[in-house]
Amino acid sequence: MLVVLILVLPAVGALVCAAARWRPWAAWTAVGTNAAMLALAIVLCVHVVRHGAFGGLFGVLRADALSAFMVVVIGAIAVLASWLGVRTIASELETGRCTERRATLYAVLVQVFVTTMVLAVLAANLGVLWLGVEATTVATTFLVGHHRTKASLEASWKYIVICSVGIALAFLGTVLVYLAAIHAGGHSAHALDWTSLMAHAHRLDPSVMRLAFALVVLGYGTKVGLVPMHSWLPDAHSQAPAPISALMSGVLLTVAFYAILRFKSICDLSVGVQFARTLLVIVALLSLAVAASLLLAQRDYKRMLAYSSIEHMGLIALGAAAGIPLAIAAVLLHILGHGLTKSVLFLTSGQISAAEGTSKIDGVQGLLARRPALGGVFGVGLLALLGFPPFSLFASELAMFRAEFQVGLGWAAAVAMVAMVVIFIAMANHAHLMLLGPGDVPRAEATPRFALAPLIGALAVCAAIGLFAWPLTSLLEAAARSVAL
Amino acid sequence: MSAQTFASSLTLFVGAVLVCAVAVLWLSAVRAVVRVLAIQGLALGAVAATLGLHVHDAGLVATAAVVVAIKAVLIPALLRRIGSGDATERERRPLVNVPASLVVSAALILLAFASTHVLTHLVAGTAGSLVPVGFATLLIGFFVLVARRRPIFQIVGLLLVDNGIVLVAFLVTAGVPFLIELGVTLDVLLGVVVLMVLAQRLHHEYGEIDLDELSELHD
Repeated sequence: MLVVLILVLPAVGALVCAAARWRPWAAWTAVGTNAAMLALAIVLCVHVVRHGAFGGLFGVLRADALSAFMVVVIGAIAVLASWLGVRTIASELETGRCTERRATLYAVLVQVFVTTMVLAVLAANLGVLWLGVEATTVATTFLVGHHRTKASLEASWKYIVICSVGIALAFLGTVLVYLAAIHAGGHSAHALDWTSLMAHAHRLDPSVMRLAFALVVLGYGTKVGLVPMHSWLPDAHSQAPAPISALMSGVLLTVAFYAILRFKSICDLSVGVQFARTLLVIVALLSLAVAASLLLAQRDYKRMLAYSSIEHMGLIALGAAAGIPLAIAAVLLHILGHGLTKSVLFLTSGQISAAEGTSKIDGVQGLLARRPALGGVFGVGLLALLGFPPFSLFASELAMFRAEFQVGLGWAAAVAMVAMVVIFIAMANHAHLMLLGPGDVPRAEATPRFALAPLIGALAVCAAIGLFAWPLTSLLEAAARSVAL
Repeated sequence: MSAQTFASSLTLFVGAVLVCAVAVLWLSAVRAVVRVLAIQGLALGAVAATLGLHVHDAGLVATAAVVVAIKAVLIPALLRRIGSGDATERERRPLVNVPASLVVSAALILLAFASTHVLTHLVAGTAGSLVPVGFATLLIGFFVLVARRRPIFQIVGLLLVDNGIVLVAFLVTAGVPFLIELGVTLDVLLGVVVLMVLAQRLHHEYGEIDLDELSELHD
């Protein structure tokens, strides 16, 4: 019942937005449904930690600690993005950059997007998981092209073509897992349920599972934005409206990674750890290297944030490669921390580009002097993203590296650290240009506190989790147990 | 249905899927390609129906009906609508010309047969021996994606990739469960609708365009 309610809430928001056309109260209702979903997700977490996993909707849905945790991440970022979205769309309507019809379409699609992500993480079955992830692509394409400029049209075309190919490969991988399950004597109705696959994993044909997992990493990896399947990501993230970039970077990438985690736990039991580990280490290090090299000379701050997402997805893949419970718990903490800070940064960058009229790094100077509140949030967000304590990314990165050394992947961790140092220098340099520098232009109207409040709140939560991990410890442990070695 | 008729009709329909994929490479007029896609959808439905009748699986026969309705009727009708704006639309300057494309497709078919022995030994009988054809269709779809430059041909390439995967699914496991198959097919339909809208916007913004002329975004 609880899981069904969680799935239905954002969909109700979509219906309200569709029925009311664009009205501020309808948009605020959608924010409210997302907030209610977040609250229920927290209840769900407490429930699964105390009483264990349970199913719903005739066995189509299932919630364990990992799914519950992912729903919390989705809920938190959905609240942030839809809150700031109301202001973004209202100001676009005022300046005539957006029609009422497009505003309605935007509001509806955002809620559909959130619903499909929730469906993906609550699916009991790898087929339904695939449907959820595929539906996110369909829902977000028009959102990426919302501004109707040539550049955004190009970005949305690339996005849907590349991601459709990727997701098709993931489906082929799913079909092969189904073949292996049927061959091992599974009943066709439940053969794709990941609980039954986990239970019978040792009987699955290893050679088929290797091929299937490679296709899944390639396929879902496209949506995660792992190199070499990343080329859609910087374009889509830089062209989409800021709240959409926040949702995509903050949760969509990690929802796709969640799919890889589920397959990995089955593959590990079937063919041993080494196969998945090798594959993930390769894509992780490639992602870090490409992100580092392209961040150095980056001139657009939205693209800078996009490449930083590729970096963090690489780190998460490297953590998952280690696979021990410590590593998986750290990966999940990193998913939450990165989701919060990256969506705050994208949302802030949306406000900056609306105020400054450019997304070029050298077009924005002395932000801290001219717009202290906006510049301050952006600066603190960057500090969190770069892994400064007390923010939780510091703790999760440290734990991931410890796990790497424990399983003998110390060399990979060392390579990753080199890339991170390069990225640190590059981003600190860009941030220095934007935030400090001469602030000769007179001080302009500041973004209202009301719009900045959720962003500051999200950063505070991120810092609090980094300082006192206690409310999360038992949840993360339970979630890690369900997919770790 | 006797074992003999089953084997020969299955081979016939699976063969038709592959012939259609190769024909896409051979043709350049959008209309003809859309017709070929419709025939491929029919052949795919026939594969599912044949398998369904053979193993007496009502779900698979229902899947066949859905596949025919969407892949042989709805999607081609949608693609024709974009074609109707310009009835003579064709691929004029493919990155790889037609003779070379056909040679590549032959190589891709050989590659598919050489690389799928992991799967063929798990699936007994005629269906198992035909699995490489699904992979060949998939690879030809990829080739269309990289070698053709008109937006509509990219949609066609994606559909070939999808048809190849659906064929593999039918052959190796007699189809994934009906509800999932239904969802997958509907998702593909939605995806095509979105792609069509975008293709129309591209046409509106740029007129006749080759996709490598899109160059607003780069690092």
